[in-house]
Amino acid sequence: MTAPAAVTPLEVNRLSKRFGGVVAVKDVEFAVQRGEILGLIGPNGSGKSTVMKLIMGIERPDAGSVRIKGTEVANWSAHRIARLGVRMLFQHSRPLHRQTVLENIILALLPDKLTRLLPDQETSTRAREIAERVGLGSVTRRLPGALTFADLRKLELAKAIARDPQVLLIDEPFAGLTPSETLDFVRLIVALRAADRAILLVDHNVKSVSAIVDRFLVLYLGERIAQGTAAEVMQNPTVRRVYLGENAQLAVRARTHAPASAPFLHLDNVSVQYGKARALENVSLRVDAGEFVSVVGLNGAGKTTLFNAISGLVPYSGEIRHQNGVLRGHSAAAIARSGVAQCPERRELFSDMTVRENLDLGAQNVPAAQCESSLTWLFELFPVLKSRQKQTAGTLSGGEQQMLTIARALMMRPKLLILDEPTLGLAPVILEQLSQALDYLRQQTAITVLLGEQNLTFALPHSDRIYVLERGRIVWEGDPERFAAEAGTGYL
Amino acid sequence: MVALALAATLPLYVSGYILGLLTMAYYFGVFSMAWDLLFGFAGEVNFGPTFLIGLGAYTAGILDNLYRPPLWLSVTAGALAAVVGGVVLALPALRVKGPYFGLTTLVAVLMLQNFIVVAAGLTGGEIGLTVPDVISIHESTNYWIALGFMSLSGAILYALSRSPVGLVLQASGQDPVQAGALGFNVTKHKLVAFTVSALFSGLAGALLVFYLGAASIGTFIDVSIGVQVIIAAVLGGRRTIIGAALGAVFLIAAGEALRPLGDLATFIVSAIALLVVLLLPNGLAGFLMRTRRDE
Repeated sequence: MTAPAAVTPLEVNRLSKRFGGVVAVKDVEFAVQRGEILGLIGPNGSGKSTVMKLIMGIERPDAGSVRIKGTEVANWSAHRIARLGVRMLFQHSRPLHRQTVLENIILALLPDKLTRLLPDQETSTRAREIAERVGLGSVTRRLPGALTFADLRKLELAKAIARDPQVLLIDEPFAGLTPSETLDFVRLIVALRAADRAILLVDHNVKSVSAIVDRFLVLYLGERIAQGTAAEVMQNPTVRRVYLGENAQLAVRARTHAPASAPFLHLDNVSVQYGKARALENVSLRVDAGEFVSVVGLNGAGKTTLFNAISGLVPYSGEIRHQNGVLRGHSAAAIARSGVAQCPERRELFSDMTVRENLDLGAQNVPAAQCESSLTWLFELFPVLKSRQKQTAGTLSGGEQQMLTIARALMMRPKLLILDEPTLGLAPVILEQLSQALDYLRQQTAITVLLGEQNLTFALPHSDRIYVLERGRIVWEGDPERFAAEAGTGYL
Repeated sequence: MVALALAATLPLYVSGYILGLLTMAYYFGVFSMAWDLLFGFAGEVNFGPTFLIGLGAYTAGILDNLYRPPLWLSVTAGALAAVVGGVVLALPALRVKGPYFGLTTLVAVLMLQNFIVVAAGLTGGEIGLTVPDVISIHESTNYWIALGFMSLSGAILYALSRSPVGLVLQASGQDPVQAGALGFNVTKHKLVAFTVSALFSGLAGALLVFYLGAASIGTFIDVSIGVQVIIAAVLGGRRTIIGAALGAVFLIAAGEALRPLGDLATFIVSAIALLVVLLLPNGLAGFLMRTRRDE
């Protein structure tokens, strides 16, 4: 680094962290100078948020060093690190709900002392100034519950910058904001850079933050795979492979199932609202019988919400039709019995039950004879499950758990199988096995599959068609062969 | 304020029996307020309020029995014992996360209860401990002392909850990760909350001994007493302090009003408590504050 170490606001060396057997962060190194914004990006599970928590002291590193203005702070607790002038802007805002906006900002201004028993005027005045600065001047007397989503984010920013931190860690600053609200935030963050602060910004891709980031660092599976300017990083072959799955073998198949005149599954202008945040916006999508359709998008794009709407787990506006029947008004259980099986991202296995018990539960509504033949077939598809029948699900490896999740869903004999990010956190060798199983499902069975993925290397080869979901909207649809050329840059 | 002034004039026209009942209720009010500081603000569920109360009560009672020092000295000693016991319990208990803090406090109560039974020579064991001194033999005096003590404790606890330290305490209770990242030592703040809670519990426990003239497991230590303290606080309204005192008075008054119904009374009071918890999650005081704000 060009500046001497003593004045570098934030310096990270050979930082490593494992959770159980999973390596979350491995030998990560970087420095952030005064007046610089470093973008730390990577797909879901790449360890970027963990790096941020390690710096803040929320997680303790296993190895490596974190220096704040030259002081080694690895293994310090969060409040001591904060006192050196480090603040973190949390992605999920959880203000004090019985206190006003102003009181919430005052909180951030208080010293860590037990002797402050009386409120003072000076703190209130400063809190009001900070509120003005982030654009909350007109709502200081409101309770957080009455604020818009964007204002809640501003409140978090106000708290983070209240005591003039030298180092600011920001987790996904623009998630859930509209373009004009994003612009407001960009202005505030750029002003902080101009005030010589060192800023570390974490996000999923280059595109969403390229306007303000000076330099990027790309993480994948806990390790650095590239660094440089936005243009450099986007040209980097490793980054392109991780994000776009270029060079993947596309197994184009002949369409064995002729497209029926009526679609098998049809979504018409479906929107979903979570409190103040819009998760899905006018999504229309069609899946024909026997098709393998992938919905790709980064974490937070709305994939899980989309699937939950289909499964009847979240309320939505618009219409969803399945084999000509309207799904609205049916309970999640009724939809599942009608042949829609979802494999959730979090797997939701009964971890204290054995593999066999989990499978049997999946077949609750299936006649016993069919159940037997399903089991035989599934054990051929996933041989490892056969040898682990008596083991409890919680003790399986991540890959085995994923296979069990899919197998359990298939025990229901579904007509439509929904897979939500089956590759999340899995090692490459497991991905290969999973990939073969999906290929088998696609080539040999009549099951219609809807796959949600951010790992394109995995999704592209299997798909007949692809939808790209971004911030709750479908931004592209087409064949996998055209994907890299047409939608690639938008995805990085 | 109006309610307090009104309460102060009660001895002029109500029976001694009702005064006695209210005196009890006021001490219970302090127990509940002290508990609310810990649960409502520091976010820690203390299943063993009676551990702190009992330490205060028995220390004061035993001391009085053995040496008969001035009453205020026994009471102070009781309060200090509760603080020391509380800190000794909280230091390791605050290190564990989630429901384990609550379980640790529950175990502490059972241990204290066992100790009292085992050390019967000193503590009176299962029969109970009679103390030679009482605060006063006049019902009105006892009543005013209890009312004054509750008002003072309430004022101090309420002011603390509204102070900058109280704000940090709430943040530590609701989102310890973020509170830490804002530079606050979460453990230190929770420990202080526990200490203050212990101080008032112990003080109230010690005073109650000298009002009743006796101490027994059934009145001070038993888990069911702790449950009543908790129900009163939740009924009155979490994070309100004052609500906890209201809840305690309500609970004892309702239990008395329904006494003619026999065993059914406990059932009805429990049912009311359950309904309030289900329908008014912010308790009676929380509900009253909400309506006032909406107006």
